[in-house]
Amino acid sequence: MPESYTFGASLASITCHAWNKDRSQIAISPNNHEIHIYSRDGSDWKLADILNQHDLRVMGIDWAKNTNRIVSCAADRNAYVWTQGDDGKWKPTLVLLRINRAATCVKWSPAENKFAVGSGARLISVCYFESENDWWVSKHIKKPIRSTVTSLDWHPNNVLLVAGSTDYKVRIFSAFIKDIEEPPSPTPWGNRKPLGQMMVEFRNSQSSGGGWINNVSFSSDGNKVCWVGHDSCVNIADANNGNTVIRCRTGYLPFLSCEWVSPTSVVVAGYSCVPLIYSLTSDNKLVLSGKLDKSQKRESSGITAMRKFQSMDRNMRTENTDTVMDSLHQNAITSVRLYDGDKASAAKVSTSGVDGQLVIWNVEEGSLNGGMRNLQI
Amino acid sequence: MAATLKPYLTAVRHSLTAAMCLQDFPSQVVERHNKPEVEICSSKELVLTPIVVSRNEREKVLIEPSINSVRVSIAVKQADEIERILCHKFTRFMMRRAESFIILRRKPIEGYDISFLITNFHTEQMYKHKLVDFVISFMEEIDKEISEMKLAVNARARTCAEEFLKRF
Repeated sequence: MPESYTFGASLASITCHAWNKDRSQIAISPNNHEIHIYSRDGSDWKLADILNQHDLRVMGIDWAKNTNRIVSCAADRNAYVWTQGDDGKWKPTLVLLRINRAATCVKWSPAENKFAVGSGARLISVCYFESENDWWVSKHIKKPIRSTVTSLDWHPNNVLLVAGSTDYKVRIFSAFIKDIEEPPSPTPWGNRKPLGQMMVEFRNSQSSGGGWINNVSFSSDGNKVCWVGHDSCVNIADANNGNTVIRCRTGYLPFLSCEWVSPTSVVVAGYSCVPLIYSLTSDNKLVLSGKLDKSQKRESSGITAMRKFQSMDRNMRTENTDTVMDSLHQNAITSVRLYDGDKASAAKVSTSGVDGQLVIWNVEEGSLNGGMRNLQI
Repeated sequence: MAATLKPYLTAVRHSLTAAMCLQDFPSQVVERHNKPEVEICSSKELVLTPIVVSRNEREKVLIEPSINSVRVSIAVKQADEIERILCHKFTRFMMRRAESFIILRRKPIEGYDISFLITNFHTEQMYKHKLVDFVISFMEEIDKEISEMKLAVNARARTCAEEFLKRF
């Protein structure tokens, strides 16, 4: 059964959320300039700290698992790296992003020695810690981004970076910083190394249109990249297969977030308010393989036939009282994160949305095969 | 309910549901600003193709979606002079009080009688499906309201004329 939580009494929408290493704490932003840290207390959540440094809406949070640092970015053009002091309080360090528009998304690299910030200034800042000056500095990836960067993800080799933006394109860049790391070994995406080198560019649609890219994600081995756009499609590009794009047009409303849960399947969620699993078949087709939300259509208990005719008589129409939606989430899901496991095999994922709910789903229960396994002849 | 009204409203409902997928989007032109892109039109990639759903040449709905806002403009049926006057008075009354209607725009788009501007801040505070319901029921109501007012005006005119002609 999915577990659903709300934080605080406000029911404000959750812009983004991030977990710590053992999933005992969560950082969320309640759709304003604050970041709230909650720690698990049995089946309840206790407010542990409020990170209050940004002065406009927080757009992205990421929690480095091993080094236990939080990075946050906001529409006020700043990013902060938060480290926990001995008293358990979080201390901010300003990052010199050198951008003049809102910072929209942020992601730690797998080795946690650098992070990338996407922004409305049509560039990506790759930030790393410069120990001689004792601050976080950034290097820019500018070309050929033409619009706001909406999402980022790191390749497991700590060098490649995939970025989706509102100019309908997904691009893979090298984010190699020669001051702090050794040259990487070549990958199927290409082996040119300098920072800002674009490896591949995918248009969201070969014909016209295609829609904004809402989220991107590298697979666990880094050879596939998945993206979801505003045209309700789920796309997977495979580097081992000559960068061919596998596309699945869906009948749902656009998706806002995607995350790999196995080497061949992704969880996507968005405006339809239900998380879905799409999987690659052996003949390279992308198919819907499961729905995580098993909520049944609610019985409309309050409305009887008599009431229906009465309201038809009085108001000349049937009263529309179905405020509650059939899904567990009541509004768009904005982010999907792994809760248990990693991209290669995730057992649980967490979703948060505009309705202020955080739901932890069991991936196995959702997949159609998982349900079949329990059937006995 | 006329035979063409239902499919018309269904088409509007589905188009609105798809168009109202809005997200927070800080301006990429002016720093620290956050404005409805459909009004600003600062970057053409952020504004989608507008669609018109029309029942006949006078009754139609224009839906202009963008990344963080959608503008819905409605042209109300106006068969004769009285309906035109009534519609004008009625929409003017509401647009003067636009802030109490939250999603109402103060000025209609040219060629339409009334416009709504729905931004991502509205969809965060309110249920999206209820916003769609509101627009649809508004479209049902305004037709009904205007024809009722027209009947009332005609009835009053008839009584006035009767009273006046009694003198002769």
